[in-house]
Amino acid sequence: MPTNILMPALSPTMTEGTLAKWLVKEGDMISAGDVIAEIETDKATMEVEAVDEGTLGKIVVSEGTEGVPVNDVIAVLLEEGESAGDIDVEAQKEASPPAPSGGDEGSGDSEDAATESKAPAQAKKQEAAPESEEPAPEPEWDGPTKTQTVREALRDAMAEEMRRDSKVFLMGEEVAEYQGAYKVTQGLLDEFGAKRVIDTPITEHGFTGLGVGAAMYGIRPIVEFMTFNFAMQAIDQIINSAAKTLYMSGGQIQSPIVFRGPNGAAARVAAQHSQDYANWYANVPGLKVVAPWSAADAKGLLKSAIRDPNPVIFLENEVLYGQSFEVPDSDDWTVPIGKARIVRPGKDVTLVTHSICVGRCLEAAEKLAGEGIEAEVIDLRTIRPMDTATIVKSVKKTNRCVSVDEGWPTCGIGAEIIAVMMEQAFDYLDAPVIRVTGKDVPMPYAANLEKLALPQTDDVIQAAKTVCYAD
Amino acid sequence: MATSQKGGKATSGSKSPGGSKSSGSRSAKASGSGSRSKKSAAPAPKTSRTGSAATAPKGRAATAKAAEKKEHPVERLAVRAKGEDKKLLLKLYEDMLLIRRFEEKAGQMYGMGLIGGFCHLYIGQEAVVVGMQSALEDTVDAVVTSYRDHGHMLATGMESKGVMAELTGRRGGYSKGKGGSMHMFSRERKFFGGHGIVGAQVPIGTGVAFAMKYLEEPGVCVTYLGDGAVNQGQVYESFNMAALWKIPVIYVIENNKYGMGTSTARAAANSQELYHRGQAYGIPGMQVDGMDVLAVRHASQEVLEHVKGGKGPYIMEMMTYRYRGHSMSDPAKYRSKEEVQRMRSEHDPIDRLRQMLLQEGHADEAALKEIDKRVKEVVTDAAEFAQNSPEPDESELWTDIYTADQPPQAAE
Ligand SMILES: Cc1ncc(C[n+]2csc(CCOP(=O)(O)OP(=O)(O)O)c2C)c(N)n1
Ligand SMILES: [Mg+2]
Repeated sequence: MPTNILMPALSPTMTEGTLAKWLVKEGDMISAGDVIAEIETDKATMEVEAVDEGTLGKIVVSEGTEGVPVNDVIAVLLEEGESAGDIDVEAQKEASPPAPSGGDEGSGDSEDAATESKAPAQAKKQEAAPESEEPAPEPEWDGPTKTQTVREALRDAMAEEMRRDSKVFLMGEEVAEYQGAYKVTQGLLDEFGAKRVIDTPITEHGFTGLGVGAAMYGIRPIVEFMTFNFAMQAIDQIINSAAKTLYMSGGQIQSPIVFRGPNGAAARVAAQHSQDYANWYANVPGLKVVAPWSAADAKGLLKSAIRDPNPVIFLENEVLYGQSFEVPDSDDWTVPIGKARIVRPGKDVTLVTHSICVGRCLEAAEKLAGEGIEAEVIDLRTIRPMDTATIVKSVKKTNRCVSVDEGWPTCGIGAEIIAVMMEQAFDYLDAPVIRVTGKDVPMPYAANLEKLALPQTDDVIQAAKTVCYAD
Repeated sequence: MATSQKGGKATSGSKSPGGSKSSGSRSAKASGSGSRSKKSAAPAPKTSRTGSAATAPKGRAATAKAAEKKEHPVERLAVRAKGEDKKLLLKLYEDMLLIRRFEEKAGQMYGMGLIGGFCHLYIGQEAVVVGMQSALEDTVDAVVTSYRDHGHMLATGMESKGVMAELTGRRGGYSKGKGGSMHMFSRERKFFGGHGIVGAQVPIGTGVAFAMKYLEEPGVCVTYLGDGAVNQGQVYESFNMAALWKIPVIYVIENNKYGMGTSTARAAANSQELYHRGQAYGIPGMQVDGMDVLAVRHASQEVLEHVKGGKGPYIMEMMTYRYRGHSMSDPAKYRSKEEVQRMRSEHDPIDRLRQMLLQEGHADEAALKEIDKRVKEVVTDAAEFAQNSPEPDESELWTDIYTADQPPQAAE
């Protein structure tokens, strides 16, 4: 059967072009790869290569013709033993496939062609990407506990998981010999040796990518960032490689990796070393984001994160490292990712918070109680996937909600919680939801300014009173 | 590998003919073992280097040396073919041809609107991946590359059908249509992608190799990168860690002369010698004629011996050329038609091999035609499959974002 040579689309948006020149004539033998014609579009002149071999039986569109539509037959190729009589151009023309869509680098008109509107469907499907499973219910603990700092709890979590699974290893700057820049990894090198507790060079982008590759292959890195401020060097690997590869591989390639380290404001270290990244990572489908407050949750959640087959961002807080809590005294005890916890029950207003701000909210709740306002404090613990059910349930009871976190306000965690309230609890609200956040400024160094930049207990009290119309 | 060389250019056990001649033969220059080229502007570092190359087995070194004496590329191939199994030679031909025909078909289907977005063809570079793969151990060694990945996937043994169906964004594609041309994987074939961010695959490949070493597996990870990618910072972060921790990774720089529209000379300092880029870390390097599939194969065998011997990473710079545009809509104003034409007519890796096979009596026209026919059928079938496979089910939009399944190796 004769093969049609069609007018090709040479860019994603090309619909027609000029057939500028034929470089072969009827009767010529052509092999695949031969340049047979030149085509001009408004952007460029390009060559057309033969894809099949044969004899050029007929030129259908003569050179110099303008406005030749993409996919029109421009010539016909004959195989051995065929003659021009076998050509039936019109019959072949029908089968023309649709014009292409999609972007192309360098063509100047990339991306947009692919973003067709899917608006109606989207309105329904606004929830975050679903998790493959509901989180397991949190085991109740009535066994013995011990008093531990968050720092110790984190170390124990890693040590226990490393004992449990030889594929778990830890890498980062100063994690081994120095015992951790914040002493979180104390003793691990001694117990597990240099193969599994690895001091990296100061090379965040590189070791993050290396960790992701190792995870893709099937071992389980815990990557410590000295602080999350330095993870910005590596954020391409975290988002583009760790978070997206499962999807892009159609489910074939998991990245079981934990990125952990202190996040958020430290004390007096100024703008480059004091920033909360919770909302950055929480924006990304494919990542789980955890930010515990208590030592018990820090331990239980870190153990869950290490066992999880997905990439988990584990946000610690430097200021919390030294604080002590009661922690279940067991190697088997874990806390499920994706479950919030009601830290203090109350009926008048819901305070939704996480990490260091939990402590401030508890203080605020205590003071509010003295003024007759019973605040319910919810520790999100996991930012993504967010346990919205627990928040909604609480707000149905209190009818009032304040979100409290240290991040910048614009497009922050508070903004997300307010959106969730609008979508899922609008009818139950007796007052607009308020967010208490860090101020919309880089972190100042001066002690007094730094204090002003961060949400304080009094700010929470004020916000709670406002939504209770108790001013 | 040579340990001391006069005239600057060390080789894989042999000297390139007329070390100062600028082109013609581009086979096997080596660095990292006390050698550096005269062309280099920077003073030679005085530090003695670690991680110097393994000594090439005698027979092969002799072959390489003999090959370099030949002026004509086909003759060089003929010398290198001595001692190779005829079956293997024909397989190399078939594997390269499959990539060529597959890519031509992909280009055609792109033109018909069946493939969208970016589509970076590998035409011209086939000898690199086929030569490398021929020396690797099937399903033991892993491969990672960039977005110009169709050839790599076919070479690792991934099915044409599944690759083509991914290009058309269909259910039967390797990523169920959710990855596209730049993002395919096969755990089974140990192919770890298809990565769209220039340079990002380099730490990832280093990490795959790290994991192999951690698990005490015998494999290496071949990590391909472009001449443009070689300027990315994370490449050097990887070089440093790979050398520091003796990670079994082979970095293969596919120097096809251009990163999009920018020639290597305009983008890379000391662009003649990208294989020297590991020198500061003591990583040996080697420049190879990437249009000569046997030169690639032999270099690869030698490098594998080094890396599998626990001596750490190696850098191979493959001198190659892409005939097509960077991706599909590249007007190619940055190079002349004559340049492209000259590469195609004088250096084509498939034509060279074909000529040699006929000339040396490894095959006759009929046998080659049989291969051509077989390859054409595979590609036609793949194209058909890729057009008939249905689009992914709409429910697939929401799958594979998170998983409850542990990866095979990580399951306890
Ligand atoms: C980080 C990053 N920057 C820019 C791009 C856009 N881009 C895609 S390919 C390319 C050129 C890369 O050239 P090279 O490494 O030589 O590989 P080749 O395309 O020649 O195979 C560029 C700039 C990208 N994908 N990623
Ligand atoms: Mg290039």
